[in-house]
Amino acid sequence: MTSAASTANASPRQLTWARRRRAVGTFWSSYRQNRAGLFGLAVLAVFVLSALLVPWIVGEEALSVTRPPGEPLQPPSGEFWLGTDRSGRSVLDLILWGSRVSLTVGFAATFISIALGSLIGILAGHFSGWMSGLLLRITDWFLVMPTLVLAVALAAVLGRSLSTIVIAIGVTSWPTTARLVRAQTLAVEARPYIERARALGGGHWHVMTRHVLPNVMPIVLAQTTLMVAGAILTESTVAFLGLGDPTTPSWGSTIQAARDTGAVSSGMWWYILPPGIAIALVALAFTLCGRAIEAVLNPRLRSR
Amino acid sequence: MTELPPSDAVPHLDEVRDRGDAPRGTGGAAVALADRRGRDDDRLRRNAAYLGKRLLGAAVSLVAVIFTSFFLFRIIPGDPVRVMTHGRPVTIEQKEALAREFGLDKPMLEQFVSYLLGVLRFDFGESFQYNRPVLSMVGERLGPTLLLVGASLAVSAALGLWLGVQGAWKHGSTADRVNTGVALTLWSVPSFWLGLILIVVFASGLGWFPTSGMKTPGVTGFDMVLDVAHHMVLPLVTLVAVVYAQYLLVMRSSLLDEMGSDYLTTARAKGLRDTEVKRQHALPNALLPTTTLVFINIGFVLFGAVLVETVFSWPGLGKLFYEGLSVPDLPLVQGLFVIFSAAVILMNLVSDLIYPLIDPRVRP
Repeated sequence: MTSAASTANASPRQLTWARRRRAVGTFWSSYRQNRAGLFGLAVLAVFVLSALLVPWIVGEEALSVTRPPGEPLQPPSGEFWLGTDRSGRSVLDLILWGSRVSLTVGFAATFISIALGSLIGILAGHFSGWMSGLLLRITDWFLVMPTLVLAVALAAVLGRSLSTIVIAIGVTSWPTTARLVRAQTLAVEARPYIERARALGGGHWHVMTRHVLPNVMPIVLAQTTLMVAGAILTESTVAFLGLGDPTTPSWGSTIQAARDTGAVSSGMWWYILPPGIAIALVALAFTLCGRAIEAVLNPRLRSR
Repeated sequence: MTELPPSDAVPHLDEVRDRGDAPRGTGGAAVALADRRGRDDDRLRRNAAYLGKRLLGAAVSLVAVIFTSFFLFRIIPGDPVRVMTHGRPVTIEQKEALAREFGLDKPMLEQFVSYLLGVLRFDFGESFQYNRPVLSMVGERLGPTLLLVGASLAVSAALGLWLGVQGAWKHGSTADRVNTGVALTLWSVPSFWLGLILIVVFASGLGWFPTSGMKTPGVTGFDMVLDVAHHMVLPLVTLVAVVYAQYLLVMRSSLLDEMGSDYLTTARAKGLRDTEVKRQHALPNALLPTTTLVFINIGFVLFGAVLVETVFSWPGLGKLFYEGLSVPDLPLVQGLFVIFSAAVILMNLVSDLIYPLIDPRVRP
């Protein structure tokens, strides 16, 4: 009866935190059973670690075009494990530095998109009447726009920098989240305890932040991981189309450089293969994590 | 996605009430007939309202796209002439001549009105780069894109649905897990990179397929058809590989959803064989979400086509868009933006309109 004794003395805040800790514990124990999800998490850990540590492992001088460390377009050797690019830089170093761009753009764009989507989704679900109607119209409008076409157009118009790509991806990818969050908000608000909260004097702000938001967050989390994969793919696409930031090496721009150099016709596999594999691995890892989270949250999906 | 019309629950209640109110005995049949006619009228009115709402929604979206295309490409860059002549030495006189030629010296409102009137007549202006009307260039490039996109949609839908059904029926098996894994991996691969790798291996490496283009010059007649097909293999494979995963996953999960339903237990209890239950009861219902996905997905496929056409030098709209972007050729990019968006809106409309036809539960 120790737990009962401790709950009796605990403040509401402590109770809430104990409940949250328990929820995380349950979540993790069912996530752990998903082997694909664990694989995705492991791959992500490796990429995030290498992206964080790369300035100490490799150093920025490895990216210098004017004073490259090696001869151009050398096949893999003991010194350059993945060969060199057209200006003599190590392809492996480019990949390591590129992971910073991909992950930064992926996370930042997803953050914009999730923040916008959650905000608009909760507002559209919580309020009824003209406000909800207007928000839904705006969502629909963005939803039918070909996301990637608009992203490319924005990048072409706003100039070529990383922040443009982040904005372009973030601004065009939020409607799916907004739809999802709105549906979940409607489901949550139909529950009796919301009525109880209102009866006790809870206002719009209280209901939205204290009751709806915590219930919407899990679904948003699954959506987030899936969206990062999409954002990373979009970033590489935009970079490949030559609309990326020309000063930072990203995986997409490395593929573009390889294509321009003629790696395709002369069979320089070490130049063109690694960046694509890196993109696919990271995107796949995020997708697997997202699916695993979805399966934990929705037991009906678990058999899939 | 768009809101589904009210489910079957409401009309059913109405019908029950109607039946209860109908007077019995003599003359009941005539009254019932009149009653049914009344309900038919009602249904017709509701169908018309549904159709009208969807058409209006699509029209509003289209207008929004046309507005966006104008302001996105004119206001944000500030000065199209500067963008046009970016990085090239030009005199002020040349700039002014250029601005006059494209009507950029007029007030914004006047430009907008003339743009709007132009778009209504499918006139998207003249390309900066080629000095030709955008529309005629689009006309030339439309065929190859329709061929590539149409073929890849057909192949990937067929492949995805088939594999999805197989996976759901034997879910948990090795074949299912391998199929899902392969689909997820291919979905994560950037399409342009996959195309380049296919070129390295099968075109410049093994020499089985041509590296680029759509046809060999000078080939005519039936040989030309074979030649185009030969050129299309690699672009088609690339596009299908990236697209089919979504059909597979949606088909598989919606079939799995259906397989737990009560009506399947009923069907089995009636004594139907298991394959019959799956094929004639579960499959038609599970097909519904996937059918809509085929239409809704068109934006994704179109963008895939931009990349695949660029990589394989396929002479379609996607490659034209890429050519326009690299200049940037604003009227061309703007026109294609409107056309791509219109295609997406149209396909969404089609999916909204056929859904009630194939699923009686959501009939208005």
